Amino acid sequence: MVNELGHFALVAAFLVSALQAVVPLVGAQRGWIAWSRVAVPCAVIQFLLTALAFAALTSAFVTSDFSNSLVAANSHAAKPMIYKFTGVWGNHEGSMLLWVLILTAFGAAAALFGSDLPLGLRARVLAVQSLIACAFFAFILFSSNPFARLSIPPFHGSDLNPLLQDPGLAFHPPFLYLGYVGLSMSFSFAVAALIEGKVDAAWARWVRPWTLASWMFLTLGIALGSWWAYYELGWGGWWFWDPVENVSFIPWLIATALLHSATVVEKRESLKSWTVLLAILAFSFSLAGTFVVRSGILTSVHAFASDPTRGVFILAILGFFSGGALLLYSVRSATLLAKGVFGIASRESALILNNLLLVVAALVVFVGTFWPLVAELFFDRKLSVGPPFFEIAFTPFMVVLAAILPIGAIIPWKRGSIAAAANAQIGVLALSAAVGAFAWSLQTGSGMLAPIGFLLASWLILGSAADLIARATGGRFRFGRSTSRLAGLPGSIWGKFLAHSGLGLTILGITAVTAWQLEDIRSATPGDSFELGGYTFAFDDVSEIRGPNYLSLTGDFAVYSDNVQIAKLKPEKRFYPVAGMQTTEAAIDMGLTRDLYLVIGERQLDGGYSIRTYVKPFANWIWIGAIVMAAGALASLLDRRYRIGIAARRAARALPG
Amino acid sequence: MKWFAVAAYLFAAVKVSAVEPDELLGDPGLESRARAISENLRCLICRNESIDDSSAELASDLRKIVREQLLAGKSDEEVYAFVVDRYGEFVLLKPSFKGANVFLYASGPIMFAVGGVVCALYVRRRRASSRKEDYLQKDERDRLEKILGD
Repeated sequence: MVNELGHFALVAAFLVSALQAVVPLVGAQRGWIAWSRVAVPCAVIQFLLTALAFAALTSAFVTSDFSNSLVAANSHAAKPMIYKFTGVWGNHEGSMLLWVLILTAFGAAAALFGSDLPLGLRARVLAVQSLIACAFFAFILFSSNPFARLSIPPFHGSDLNPLLQDPGLAFHPPFLYLGYVGLSMSFSFAVAALIEGKVDAAWARWVRPWTLASWMFLTLGIALGSWWAYYELGWGGWWFWDPVENVSFIPWLIATALLHSATVVEKRESLKSWTVLLAILAFSFSLAGTFVVRSGILTSVHAFASDPTRGVFILAILGFFSGGALLLYSVRSATLLAKGVFGIASRESALILNNLLLVVAALVVFVGTFWPLVAELFFDRKLSVGPPFFEIAFTPFMVVLAAILPIGAIIPWKRGSIAAAANAQIGVLALSAAVGAFAWSLQTGSGMLAPIGFLLASWLILGSAADLIARATGGRFRFGRSTSRLAGLPGSIWGKFLAHSGLGLTILGITAVTAWQLEDIRSATPGDSFELGGYTFAFDDVSEIRGPNYLSLTGDFAVYSDNVQIAKLKPEKRFYPVAGMQTTEAAIDMGLTRDLYLVIGERQLDGGYSIRTYVKPFANWIWIGAIVMAAGALASLLDRRYRIGIAARRAARALPG
Repeated sequence: MKWFAVAAYLFAAVKVSAVEPDELLGDPGLESRARAISENLRCLICRNESIDDSSAELASDLRKIVREQLLAGKSDEEVYAFVVDRYGEFVLLKPSFKGANVFLYASGPIMFAVGGVVCALYVRRRRASSRKEDYLQKDERDRLEKILGD
């Protein structure tokens, strides 16, 4: 009954979305106010119906209703409750439903918070947003119905992939989707602007919060996935340049470029048509990512639903929206006149360079990801493009970006002087060079990775901090006034500081763990102890434990530093009988300066267990940096100028009388 | 408890970890070369994993082949060539610099160069228009020129 109700709600949402895609668009074009206004209630109703459908599917999973074929294929009665719940989106159909739920939630939010938007723009934005939803509802209903019934329900389900039964991975998809799908708002705004032929500072101000929000979620989503890989996959890798990681990273890079170019539109009314193009590209790459994951066209650890027909369907959606938007762009972009003028040494130029680096880096990842496909289709070569390629092809762009960032971020708008900006940062640069030299003196080898990485990290963090302090002191430091001015700085300034220094922190973590990780692989029996990086690891015991839906081989280790016990570690090897799969559960003693990472493996021929031990310096800063970056987006989002009504009130105040 | 015993047997049957202690070479120099090579070779039956990371039986075999070759005194290039001869270039995670792959490696620099030229032209144009006092409309400029000319 609940199942059918969910299905019904989904069909109703599909119909509402079709209505919302057409009526407001016609209304806006003809100037029929009533027709334009239809978009708002439609967007809300569409969201409520989708939420109802999602709730119905959730209830089927939570109550283990095995008459629903999706539940039977992906759940099990003995599974912990939290994973019954998160299992809703641990499969193709359910994750698509989550996808449209978020899409309609963004649409409803734009309808409710968009009361200060001009009527025509709001109608067009919501119509385009709804057109996307309409396509995805059709996709779900006609090719991936989550409410399909089984006439003979089984007694037990076949369980969720054990790798997905993990808190990190359970919450990775929702964040990622919030980011991916959030970019649809920027897309809808871009298409609406092209239809109207008008992009101005106000447009940029409306579009920016949505881009900021989705960028924030995308950052967190990617970081969660990376952190999950770090502790779950068993050897402490945190980024694999896997196709599916890449297709989430490309929209992130483009969205980063978009955030920066939108500031130029907002502040100086330049780069308008470029910004519109980026907004279209960002969402197109998100759709391409969805296509890659669902079609199984590129082999990857993530491709959980390899089905050619679904792939073709999503390819058609991608072709329609990207192709249509780009066609519209080619016809209409000439109407978007740039106003601002600026010199070569200016913030505008610096941001153009930022955009060039980010977009080329994104395209390099794109080319590398799809190259095996191209090589096979056109050159009849079966080859792989793996991490070693991306490390040499992608990294240089990021190094240049980090190198110019602290200068570009302080150079004035319109016309500035590189020498003056460089002069302001000279102290920071000297300090960072000292940090790099210190890193070089610490290491035994002659590799340049650590010195350069630490130099850049420190340059970013200190350079951003110096800018913040300069703004607070205004050149003269007086404690009381400076701190109160620091607290009073606008959110966008704090956002900039946090995002840029967060990038520095991430670079710090990546550098330290890549250059200085220690590894030990050995066969050990209980009673053995060994040393690594100044820590003593004592293997005390090994035992077999029965969990709710798995069996576990658990090692007992004590870690000593200077003969003082600092941690107990229990690495596990788990076996999930229903799914017939094994997972490793690394034991990690987390710390700000290092992680101790322990994995237990096979029983060896000599009777010992294979034990891998890692000391990973500053590993957590990779993700702390990402969180700081996301906090920057949040700070920027809370900036007063985006609060609803402020602009309108200011305009009212400015009126004479 | 019978179930437990069966599962324990399965534990032993399914391989789960990557480089095993018994695979390691005694010579640390050779071993570190073996690890570096392993990171650039793909596990053929896995999805995008290097043989250094993979737990599959096949990856383990390949790791052993690499180490045997190194013990036999082969250079890194010879080891790669040996593996590519047997498994094809699909095995290389870092694609060779041959044929069409040149475009793959050149794509980044080319895009950056072309994009850089486009950006430079754009910036120059914005600056040029700033010299011409762009904030005047055309008719205004004509009038100004007329006044100044008089």
